[in-house]
Amino acid sequence: MPRISVEVDGVTYEDEVEPRLLLVHYLRDRLGKVGTPIGCDTTNCGACTVLLDGMSVKSCSLLAVQADGREITTVEGIGLDGRHHPMQRAFHEEHALQCGYCTPGMIMASIDLLRENADPSDEEIREGLEGNLCRCTGYQNIVRAVRSAAAEMRTPSENPSESEVTS
Amino acid sequence: MTALGEARPAEVGAPRRRSEDARLITGRTRWTDNIQPQGTLHVAFLRSPVAHARIERVDAEQARRRPGVVAVLTGADVAGEQGSLPCAWPVTEDMKHPDHPPMAVDEVRYVGEPVACVVARDRYAAVDALEEIDVDYAPLPAVVDMERAVRGEDGLVHEGLGTNESYRWVFENGDLDAAMRDAPVVIERRFVQQRLIPTAMEPRAVLCVPEGEEFTLYSATQIPHILRLMLAVVTEIPEHRIRVVAPDVGGGFGSKLQVYGEEVLCLLLARRLGRPVKWTESRSEGNMAVHHGRDQIQRLTLAADRDGRIRGLKVDLLADMGAYLMLVTPGIPILGAFMFNGIYKMDAYSFTCRGVFTTKTPTDAYRGAGRPEATFGIERMMDELAAELGMDPIEVRRRNWIEHGEFPYETIAGLTYDSGNYEAATERALELFGYDRLRAEQAERRERRDPVQLGIGVSTFTEMCGLAPSRVLGSLSYGAGGWEHASVRVLPSGKVEVVTGTSPHGQGHATAWAQITADRLGVPFEDVKVLHGDTAISPKGMDTYGSRSLAVGGIAVYGACDKVIDKARRVAAHLLEAAEEDLEFADGRFSVRGVPEEGRTIQEVATAAFAAHDLPDGLEPSLDAETTFDPENFSFPHGTHLCATEVDTETGMVRIRSYVAVDDIGKVVNPLIVEGQVHGGLAQGIAQALYEEAVYDAEGNLTTTTMADYLVPSAADLPDFTTDRTETPATSNPLGVKGVGEAGTIASTPAVVNAIVDALRPYGVRDVPMPCSPERVWRALREARGEEAEERGAEPGAGGGLGSAQAGGDQ
Repeated sequence: MPRISVEVDGVTYEDEVEPRLLLVHYLRDRLGKVGTPIGCDTTNCGACTVLLDGMSVKSCSLLAVQADGREITTVEGIGLDGRHHPMQRAFHEEHALQCGYCTPGMIMASIDLLRENADPSDEEIREGLEGNLCRCTGYQNIVRAVRSAAAEMRTPSENPSESEVTS
Repeated sequence: MTALGEARPAEVGAPRRRSEDARLITGRTRWTDNIQPQGTLHVAFLRSPVAHARIERVDAEQARRRPGVVAVLTGADVAGEQGSLPCAWPVTEDMKHPDHPPMAVDEVRYVGEPVACVVARDRYAAVDALEEIDVDYAPLPAVVDMERAVRGEDGLVHEGLGTNESYRWVFENGDLDAAMRDAPVVIERRFVQQRLIPTAMEPRAVLCVPEGEEFTLYSATQIPHILRLMLAVVTEIPEHRIRVVAPDVGGGFGSKLQVYGEEVLCLLLARRLGRPVKWTESRSEGNMAVHHGRDQIQRLTLAADRDGRIRGLKVDLLADMGAYLMLVTPGIPILGAFMFNGIYKMDAYSFTCRGVFTTKTPTDAYRGAGRPEATFGIERMMDELAAELGMDPIEVRRRNWIEHGEFPYETIAGLTYDSGNYEAATERALELFGYDRLRAEQAERRERRDPVQLGIGVSTFTEMCGLAPSRVLGSLSYGAGGWEHASVRVLPSGKVEVVTGTSPHGQGHATAWAQITADRLGVPFEDVKVLHGDTAISPKGMDTYGSRSLAVGGIAVYGACDKVIDKARRVAAHLLEAAEEDLEFADGRFSVRGVPEEGRTIQEVATAAFAAHDLPDGLEPSLDAETTFDPENFSFPHGTHLCATEVDTETGMVRIRSYVAVDDIGKVVNPLIVEGQVHGGLAQGIAQALYEEAVYDAEGNLTTTTMADYLVPSAADLPDFTTDRTETPATSNPLGVKGVGEAGTIASTPAVVNAIVDALRPYGVRDVPMPCSPERVWRALREARGEEAEERGAEPGAGGGLGSAQAGGDQ
């Protein structure tokens, strides 16, 4: 079986994997990174979106072996150091989630969207998130959240603790 | 801490950010598929690839020998123990209710029906082994078309029943013949409510963990309490040896209001193998095996006077049950019987529904469940009536709706609408929408024959929710009550735990119930924790569906708080050496009337009640209470939705230009959550109008098995919505709340289709079947133009027809 070395959320893992093992199953079943859920098996829904070397990919559309030597960030790897990522905060503040199943994928796709375009219009946000389906929110609040996170990320808040997520 | 005498801001009504979010945005979530005890085995199901066939032979020997495979079971292997899946709603005494084995034994009746299962060390090994199972199917006729099925033209789904008609359910009130006789205007229409796949983002998953003779079953379900009881009934495992946990559940929309064969089989497999077994659905199998929604053919006849006043309505429904009756399958269209009259007054009403078996996936509850279908029917008819009379569709509604001063109002369908103000909601919606301005633009576009026409659609709707009244459910032959349970306990330290029988899957109960509790007990929101979704923690409940959670479950929480306060008052009076009637309770503190500095907070009282050093005689220690709430009546949210569409008459493309929703859901606990629910509901209703349809071919193959074929709209497909509210409190509960989860879905589908038809009416189009895809719109236009051309003896397609449109009676 092929041997891979992958850095996931800052930790390096060396593993033997079946060549056909999907990246998302590797993350979930082997590494216990269950924060990334699976919503379909045809790469349509985007629930399993993670960052591969900083770019968003649907982790059900890659094999684990394809991640060899690469760096992966999941929703569990952002906003560590005790503070949430601005995108996570914005989703909370704008009520951009209900059941939350699509949320990790939405957040990761939105982070990548802002990497490419720091100040997107609503239409650009809607088009940029076309590959991520949500069944609860009707998307309006997701668009609002991405817009608000974009504003915050362009001018980082002096006091981010003000908008900490209540738990 | 709030200073003495300083009122705490009210929680109920505040847009409190959800406490659920913290774990959902960080991926620290407990989806069923995330739970994996040591040694878990994985299940995969072999599903029928044909719609209808006898199973001649199943050979699983090769599969059993594959590496990693622990067991392979066919329907025949579990025939003695798998039982029959329950139907809790026998709507008529003579309803035909065939056996429904979790795994097919000798006959399959829809594509996707489980035939065998593999249990293996991991999911890949399980799926691999499926390919080694050999099944011989002897084909039987597929029964796909409901109208042919009910006449028995394509054979029988269940040979032994001798018919494809499961039941015929009739409701009549008033003299319909008289109402129809000599009515100057009679409109007949046939509408199709296409079949939908609910498509919760989280596919189903089941994990069953055995511990000796006891079983914990985790399931992505909306109904842990009902599921537990039904699993006990089906498997004959005693109820008290089954614990059902609904951990985080990723949406349901009715599709997880079900007792699924996979749940029964995972329980049986865990018992057989003595190890945890897990099954996780793939989306492709889910599209075939999750119950579908809607699927009705409606024949409606509306009789009215020339001034637009409705005389009578006749509803004749065919409702596709699919191959089997599931938990509430037959009852779904019956819920519509009480809603086809909408918000309107009429002299006579007749409703007949025939439930029809076909060789398709069973249908059951889908967001709105019976009410969207009914609302679509009546709201389309109101627009058709307006067009027939050359009257504004708003005006037609005004002439027929129940006026604000007429509540409570007993409807022709036999319900009592307790409250409502259709005038106010409509006025607000018209104002936000800019109705007159858009009508002027429409006229202008028609005038200059703009290839992109503007259409305006209205939907003034109501719905019944807060399901609920157990006596009424009983009178409709529903198998259980509709009450809801809650308990509230103030812990020794003064923190509060609320246990609710509702089982949320995205609705934010943990936040909203904490808001109700914090207000009622006068404690900080952060001091309240809400527990749910585990029959070991929440022993009683009727779960979450039908927008019942707040109007029934939330009120149970409210009632339990009141009981806690009553008990706390006795303790406080004792501690303060005062008479109970001399105590005031405000902002979480008991004080002696006239001596405000003499007092105890309810949290201090809880600590004293826990220590129990000095309690009134006969009073039990600790501060807790439980209650059930069973309302006297349903609640009736209503609203007015307006949609403006731009329809390209050359390509058939429909674009929603603006959408205004003014909903009256009574008192609001959390406006943030409410707005989110409305948005999501609108998206789902608009999706029915424009995008979604489960399609079967003539052989009964589902051709929309993936998300690539079944079009769930993305952010790019939907517009921004303008939402607002009016507030007419419900009278059937002390908070005055009504329910909001389904309103958007119910109202929006007819609003969008009315708008599309309105845009195209000048071309002679009177209906566009859903989903109104560009192709369907284009075909409707072509057909209308063709007929027109024939009538005028002109070249097909010539003329375009705006001129004739005016002749066609449009305003």
